[in-house]
Amino acid sequence: MRHLLSTKGMSRDEAILLLDIAEDMADVADREVKKLPTLRGKTVVNLFFEDSTRTRISFEAAAKRLSADVINFSAKGSSVSKGESLKDTAQTLAAMGADGVVIRHPASGAPHVLAESGWIDAGIINAGDGTHEHPTQALLDAFTIRRRLHGGAARGKGLDGVTVTIVGDILHSRVARSNLWLLTTLGAHVSLVAPPTLLPMDMSGWPAESGFDLDAAIDAGPDVVMMLRIQQERMNAAFFPNSREYSRRWGLDDERFGRLARTTIVMHPGPMNRGLEISSAAADSAGSTVREQVANGVSVRMAALYLLLSGDREES
Amino acid sequence: MARTVLNQADIARALIRISHEILESNRGAENLVILGIPTRGVVLARRIAEAIARIEPTATDVRVGSLDVTMYRDDLGHTRTRTPSRTLVPGSIDGVTVVLVDDVLYSGRTIRAALDALGDHGRPKIVRLAVLVDRGHRELPIRADFVGKNLPSSTAERINLHLLEVDGDEFVSIDGGPVDGGPVDGGDTEGAS
Amino acid sequence: MSSDTAASTPYLIRGATLADGTRTDFVLADGRIAEIGSGLSRAGASIVDAAGLIILPGLVDLHTHLREPGFEQSETILTGSQAAAVGGFTSVFAMANTSPVQDTAGVVDQVLALGERAGYVTVQPIGAVTVGLAGERLAELGAMATSRARVRVFSDDGFCVSDPLLMRRALEYVKAFDGVVAQHSQEPRLTEKAQMNEGALSSELGMVGWPAVAEESIIARDVLLAEHVGSRLHVCHVSTAGSVDVIRWAKARGIQVTAEATPHHLLLTEDLVVGYDARFKVNPPLRRREDVEALRAGLADGTIDIVATDHAPHPVEAKECEWDAAANGMVGLETALSVVHSAVVDTGLLDWTDIARVLSSTPARIGRLSGQGQGLLVGAPAELTLYDPAASRVFGRGNLAGKSANSPYLAMTLPGRVVATFHRGYATVLDGALRPADEISALGGRTDG
Repeated sequence: MRHLLSTKGMSRDEAILLLDIAEDMADVADREVKKLPTLRGKTVVNLFFEDSTRTRISFEAAAKRLSADVINFSAKGSSVSKGESLKDTAQTLAAMGADGVVIRHPASGAPHVLAESGWIDAGIINAGDGTHEHPTQALLDAFTIRRRLHGGAARGKGLDGVTVTIVGDILHSRVARSNLWLLTTLGAHVSLVAPPTLLPMDMSGWPAESGFDLDAAIDAGPDVVMMLRIQQERMNAAFFPNSREYSRRWGLDDERFGRLARTTIVMHPGPMNRGLEISSAAADSAGSTVREQVANGVSVRMAALYLLLSGDREES
Repeated sequence: MARTVLNQADIARALIRISHEILESNRGAENLVILGIPTRGVVLARRIAEAIARIEPTATDVRVGSLDVTMYRDDLGHTRTRTPSRTLVPGSIDGVTVVLVDDVLYSGRTIRAALDALGDHGRPKIVRLAVLVDRGHRELPIRADFVGKNLPSSTAERINLHLLEVDGDEFVSIDGGPVDGGPVDGGDTEGAS
Repeated sequence: MSSDTAASTPYLIRGATLADGTRTDFVLADGRIAEIGSGLSRAGASIVDAAGLIILPGLVDLHTHLREPGFEQSETILTGSQAAAVGGFTSVFAMANTSPVQDTAGVVDQVLALGERAGYVTVQPIGAVTVGLAGERLAELGAMATSRARVRVFSDDGFCVSDPLLMRRALEYVKAFDGVVAQHSQEPRLTEKAQMNEGALSSELGMVGWPAVAEESIIARDVLLAEHVGSRLHVCHVSTAGSVDVIRWAKARGIQVTAEATPHHLLLTEDLVVGYDARFKVNPPLRRREDVEALRAGLADGTIDIVATDHAPHPVEAKECEWDAAANGMVGLETALSVVHSAVVDTGLLDWTDIARVLSSTPARIGRLSGQGQGLLVGAPAELTLYDPAASRVFGRGNLAGKSANSPYLAMTLPGRVVATFHRGYATVLDGALRPADEISALGGRTDG
């Protein structure tokens, strides 16, 4: 794998291979020595143009467990915020010998630009670009669902026939986009539930149903309910009136949670707004995978780093 | 032209002999863990464990597993990306005798990686190595304790090792190297195809 | 062919093909078309063999960004004039978003003078509608109209005159000197942080969408305002099918509205955004295939009056970056005729007579520019373009004559090629090559035209 920029266009075989390798990586966490020498001598740069401590430390842990050297480059307060271009930053990292760059950027497509630019030869992992994609989050979500459903026999399997309902700010969610492509590639059925203002204007090309009614979606009995974080700033832009109304119509509150089957998997990419999009009872329930998602994130990112940084660079 | 060196019966006899040798060297089946190196080493490890159980009916719990070495290789970035296999180490290996099992011993680099991997799982008292074929050309100071067949070969030659569970048939054969000195299988994964 | 350095040196153009397919000779002398007919001869004339070449009246671009004063790293009036000449243009209207803004008589006269000094084309300044393009107070429209530059087109292009009252007043006020307001139709609130056409693709790419209605609603408002106050309105760079419908309705109602489409909106679609190559970032954004088809149909049926380039040079660093950070705009003077050829001539929608109308006579008329767009008549100013329609080329950096390389057509195969351009009777381009600036400046400096 030359780069990991999106889940759109990722084949089923590629996705399953990555998830299977992540299973092997997860096994390492149970060992006495939780570290592999695989990427010894390789340098991974976490290039973050947006604050995201969770994602950064997940990638950092993944790279370190594979023995890579990790450099954290936060664009805030650096020369980047003083007007240095992405090009100059990339060339600086290239000069420092970065083998892999994990990039988080507020502009959709920035990782793609970095990968295609010729400014740097490193493998690029998209750690979230604008409102476009966040492929490793989707991979860890798929990994988490697959483990919940198949346990130790998960290797080699897809998510065929699994019904997943994603609820919340679909419009601005890179997590929703990456999950949409990945989960459907793995055979799942995805439906999206959101206020009309928070659904993209034209989803004709999306392999998903969409609707506005969370109660109907709950009563349809999905295998997985994925709640997205609602950003406070949306309230100021007339996407919905206020948090109380949002919570009442589109929040997974105790009553709605109680109507879900006990086997339903409840997911949230974090950080959660408890009491807004998800109630504490739902977030802390046995069906909740919130903490597993964090642990699995490291395994999936180890797998991604391995696939990116092993093999000849000529490989495409 | 492939020339068959071992047929299915030859392989079975070699594995039984190796099983005897392991028991002899370990003075029984106590504290014995047999770990195969994927893919074919795992099959061989399982057969050896079964043979040991037949030879020593009291040895009811010969532990057998797999040890993947992909993440410990030293040729990362020089070949295409390798797909790792599963590692299953049955219980603690501290203080036991581990017998590593591989199909073909060649440069020794796989075994070097296996020793590193093993160290991350615990601290065995003794580590031994069993291989079905030793074809020579070592690049590291490593030797096998139990060998099915020594098969001196030139680096231009290719060793084919097939096992029923993996390949649907079973034999060891040797191919003449390419006359034009073209690509030979490098590393030591080995000769088996 | 020799490069004569005296404006009075006549040219004999032999065997040029008129838009109707007939072949004829032209003699250019003293800055005018002296003779038209077959078998012409002229003592001392430079002879131009025009076999296989279409002769068109010199092209007029109602919408060009020359960037000077203020943004000379992108383009100067000289380099922009050169790009225009290479594209077959003999006149360009220079948009007002310079620095300082062309919102006073002093600045527009300076632009006029720099254009005259360059000498490749007539540079006709456009005046800003509001002071500093800020959309708050009217600029001194009358002073610009009566200055040496005789400004008739007023535009805040780059920004929309979104305040309806200010727009109404501007439309009314320019009637005093037969001016026209050229509106950049973009509702600002509906396009905050907008990055590309809003639709299925923006939804997938996670880009903030630029809805068609942001353009269409302003056009609808403006045509009704123009009707109400009885003024002329010109709509810049129409980009959506809905806009074409609104303008068609307004024209049917008798409203005095004219409209332009850019070559890129007639050829390219939003699908090019997929690779995040910022050369394809432009305002208004590239739209859907259906919009391109509607623009072509609108141009064919006269709803859209003209093609204007919106030539918008930007330095490398403004485009070699992530999409959100990149500047809007594409250069387009050098490629305009080839792109229009590909989009509407090769598709059978327009013939070469129509091209002369939409790229020469009508833009000159909308802009009230004398000395341009008068057609191929004896006695008309010698503003001519010779175009080889049979040529085909892979367009490259070397084909750009302006300062900036932000062309969306690099590495694309385009039909046709401008072989020669004549401005005020002298050649600015011959054999497809630009004549040197010092020669042209010496010729253009003459004021006898």
